[in-house]
Amino acid sequence: MKKLPSTLPNMLCVLTLISVIAAGALAYVNEVTAGPIEENKARVLAEGINSVLGVSDAKVESTTEAEDANGNPVILYATDKGVAVQAIDPNGFGGKLKVLVGFDEVGAIKGYTVLEHAETPGLGAKAGFWFQKGEKGDIIGKNPGEKELTVSKDGGDVDAITASTITSRAFLRAVNVAFHAYAAGAANADGQTGASPQQQPKN
Amino acid sequence: MKYFSILWNGILKENPTFVLLLGMCPTLGTTSSAINGMSMGLATMAVLIFSNLIISCIKSLIPDMVRIPSYIVVIASLVTALQMIMQAFTPEVYKTLGLFIPLIVVNCIILGRAEAFAAKHGPIESLCDGIGIGLGFTIALTLLGGIRELLGTGKLFDTVIYSENYGMLLFVLAPGAFIALGYLIAIVKKTAKI
Repeated sequence: MKKLPSTLPNMLCVLTLISVIAAGALAYVNEVTAGPIEENKARVLAEGINSVLGVSDAKVESTTEAEDANGNPVILYATDKGVAVQAIDPNGFGGKLKVLVGFDEVGAIKGYTVLEHAETPGLGAKAGFWFQKGEKGDIIGKNPGEKELTVSKDGGDVDAITASTITSRAFLRAVNVAFHAYAAGAANADGQTGASPQQQPKN
Repeated sequence: MKYFSILWNGILKENPTFVLLLGMCPTLGTTSSAINGMSMGLATMAVLIFSNLIISCIKSLIPDMVRIPSYIVVIASLVTALQMIMQAFTPEVYKTLGLFIPLIVVNCIILGRAEAFAAKHGPIESLCDGIGIGLGFTIALTLLGGIRELLGTGKLFDTVIYSENYGMLLFVLAPGAFIALGYLIAIVKKTAKI
């Protein structure tokens, strides 16, 4: 079959036709995959909340979206088993660091998980387990309301990841942000002023 | 026999990574472990097979002057579909490869094969070429990812071979990608005499 000549009507028709077919096909794929994608997101979130609260069947009762002092989004998930807060620090070594932290009723950290990061593999990427219970930089059980979490280099009492102080600082900032959001949420919820948010630490 | 030689051509003689040196961005960027390299190779292969097939089928309907935009629309649609499918059914793989999936659109291997092969051959040959080149790319990426993972972390496909403490972290990072790729190309060129 001979090729269609490159006349203006031919080109217009062909390009339009291809685009329309492509759009139709994509709309169909989107239709099919939208459900599973949503389910995946919900499942990942539920698993994250359960793991940071140390339970297996937390039910999210309310979700509050807010902003921290620097305008980054913070999301509070109030569940029947405690509160999980998702916070972001934009200044990790490789960019954005997103964490999910679970708090008990007095504000002590129950657990955490790193949801998203771009830290160096083998160094900053260790943040996922370095600060867990029993590890070197254990932050579980600490209450950022009593003392801001900072690395020992900055006068705090958390051991930074070896050779990854920038990552560790970013991580702890995100945890502190999460705590302030939690404290503000708790204050709003039952009118207490005991856990009012404190000034953001200067970096 | 003809089809087999087209397949073999893609795997060795015109291996996109070792011989044509096409698609270097995903090659260097995603091969931090064997499984990542393999997933990227397979994702690219899927797009390549379908884009070759579709383009060779519609090639006579496309006026010459608008062939590149037409090819790009076909490739971009395939990649977007692949991205949504991966997000839905293999979220773990999607999470690691994330950014590199949309970049398959501008992967020169795919447009290159569309232009150099699919636009001049029939659907079956183009399909074979897609499989061959795709396999070549997948093998190359898996090999490179495996070497980097083994030297960098002491693991292979997440199985511990030796202690991570003796791993050369450099190989997981960007410079290691260049070093490993350089040696691999040299070895392949020397042994395969191509």
